[in-house]
Amino acid sequence: MKFKSPAQHVFTVLNITFLVLTCLICILPFWHLLAISFSSGWAVKANKVTFFPIDFTLFAYGFAFKGGRFLSALWISVKRVLLGGTINMILIVLTAYPLSRSKAKFSFRNIYMIYFVITMIVNGGLIPTYLLVTRLGLLNSLWALVLPGALPVFSMIILMNFIRGLPEELEEAALIDGATPFTVLFRVILPLLAPSLATVGLFSIVGHWNDWFGGLIYMQNNMRYPLQTYLQTLLRTFEQIIRLAQGDYAQIIRIMDVRTGRAAQLFLGALPIMLIYPFLQKYFTTGLVLGSVKG
Amino acid sequence: MKSFSQKWNMQWQYHVMLIPAVALVFIFSYIPMYGLIIAFEKYNPAMGFHSPWVGFDNFKYLFSQPNFVQTIWNTFYIAFFKIIGGIIVPVFFSLLLNEVSNRSIKRIFQTIVYIPNFLSWVIIAGVFMDILSNTGILNQFLGFFGIAPISFLGEPKLFPWTMIVTDIWKTFGFGTVVYLASLTSIDPGLYEAAIVDGAGRWKQTVYITIPLLMPIITLMLILSLGNVLNAGFDQIYNLYSPIVYKTGDIIDTYVYRLGIQKAQYAFGTAVGMFKSVISGVLILLSYYLADRCVGYRVF
Repeated sequence: MKFKSPAQHVFTVLNITFLVLTCLICILPFWHLLAISFSSGWAVKANKVTFFPIDFTLFAYGFAFKGGRFLSALWISVKRVLLGGTINMILIVLTAYPLSRSKAKFSFRNIYMIYFVITMIVNGGLIPTYLLVTRLGLLNSLWALVLPGALPVFSMIILMNFIRGLPEELEEAALIDGATPFTVLFRVILPLLAPSLATVGLFSIVGHWNDWFGGLIYMQNNMRYPLQTYLQTLLRTFEQIIRLAQGDYAQIIRIMDVRTGRAAQLFLGALPIMLIYPFLQKYFTTGLVLGSVKG
Repeated sequence: MKSFSQKWNMQWQYHVMLIPAVALVFIFSYIPMYGLIIAFEKYNPAMGFHSPWVGFDNFKYLFSQPNFVQTIWNTFYIAFFKIIGGIIVPVFFSLLLNEVSNRSIKRIFQTIVYIPNFLSWVIIAGVFMDILSNTGILNQFLGFFGIAPISFLGEPKLFPWTMIVTDIWKTFGFGTVVYLASLTSIDPGLYEAAIVDGAGRWKQTVYITIPLLMPIITLMLILSLGNVLNAGFDQIYNLYSPIVYKTGDIIDTYVYRLGIQKAQYAFGTAVGMFKSVISGVLILLSYYLADRCVGYRVF
């Protein structure tokens, strides 16, 4: 039976208070953003909005869907995540399996491993890659966003280690039965990979979803910007977005302050991740812990 | 001993599986490495990677630019404190969280503080641009205490610290989760023995918890060594402005302006190469140290 001394009680109370305050510090900025997005222009201009909307209005959200290019940018991001994520996963699985075999079973394993690991240590950098992608004629295409990072080596290593942790007897039994490596991979190993695939897949999806820089340098036409790149343009040039939208600029500006319009679109941009995250949290955390607390 | 053809029969499929990745990595990772050669050339778009050779002239020019040299200092300064803070803050929270017996509270706390980590810096920069502005909510709050508005993003002396603190805000959830996992795996028997010896909670923390946490802390520290030249392009690019270049311009933002915006490809590549070489050495060093000090093999 554990008895808590008075000092420990005090500590517990202080501790919980402190932790709650920390949680608030993490939430409040978004709360503030949300409040601004629902407030009318005049209140925001006067800096009166703190954590609750003043003169509630959905105008900024309406503008996001009609006037801005939010929806088309969203769609481009969805396409990117689907294409990029699929390519990542296929390559990761196809690469992790052979590399998980020991040198006895796969003589060239170490050579391939070094080939891939070198790219983690040395790389050409931004400009040579940019020039190459341009040379290949990939500018303005989704492929420019999806091919350069097609095999995330670190994720592949995580999956490779996971495969190595699977019982050897499974593979041996299958090989004795005359299975080929491809059969072993698809029939025996793949079904067992679910937890690790989930983690690695999630990182791939989040990575593609959040990348804004690729869109900025490779898409020359801002109609082709993925979501985060589009949002990035909002940060400094929101007035321009309003001008380019249909409708009367002066009238829009009267009802909706730049900050409100921006806040609404930023919040919409953050929403997908905030919604998915609580459900998939365990994949984010277990995978990480597996990957880091090793050895 | 198996003959070559016997081995090949069993192994050719592995090679086939590797073909797609090998090809794509060759094109998009190895060819740009060859492209680093531009750093030694006077780049001519028509001649591409085989422009006229100028040796180290590009490097000499760059290092004579005080603005560039300043970015090196800024990069190290910001990265250094981000790494230190990025360890102290999560360790601190994981220790506090460890003292909470209620599992639900632990889980809820971790969930909440972990979310900012997964949002892009574009969104977080948008949030902070607003909050930290001269008329933003933080300055309004300080105003209640009679403090004059502070220009968090516009004052060169403050800007690096704003970057460091907001970065820690965004990422401390990750470290907290990792350290907490480590803490929960400590054998309770150790604590029980300590209680029998009359050690209070504080002594238990100092003599049991922290020493047992050192391996993972060391590991995280070592692994972040390779990152020390990165300092956060995504964040800084979206929050900086010319007024704070003096303290806020880092190597990557300099490369971007020079190399992409001004299309000075050769100079941009030279800087990139300089950074790559140093990072590469640091990464190798970090993997070596991780293996020797903590027994962690990355591959």
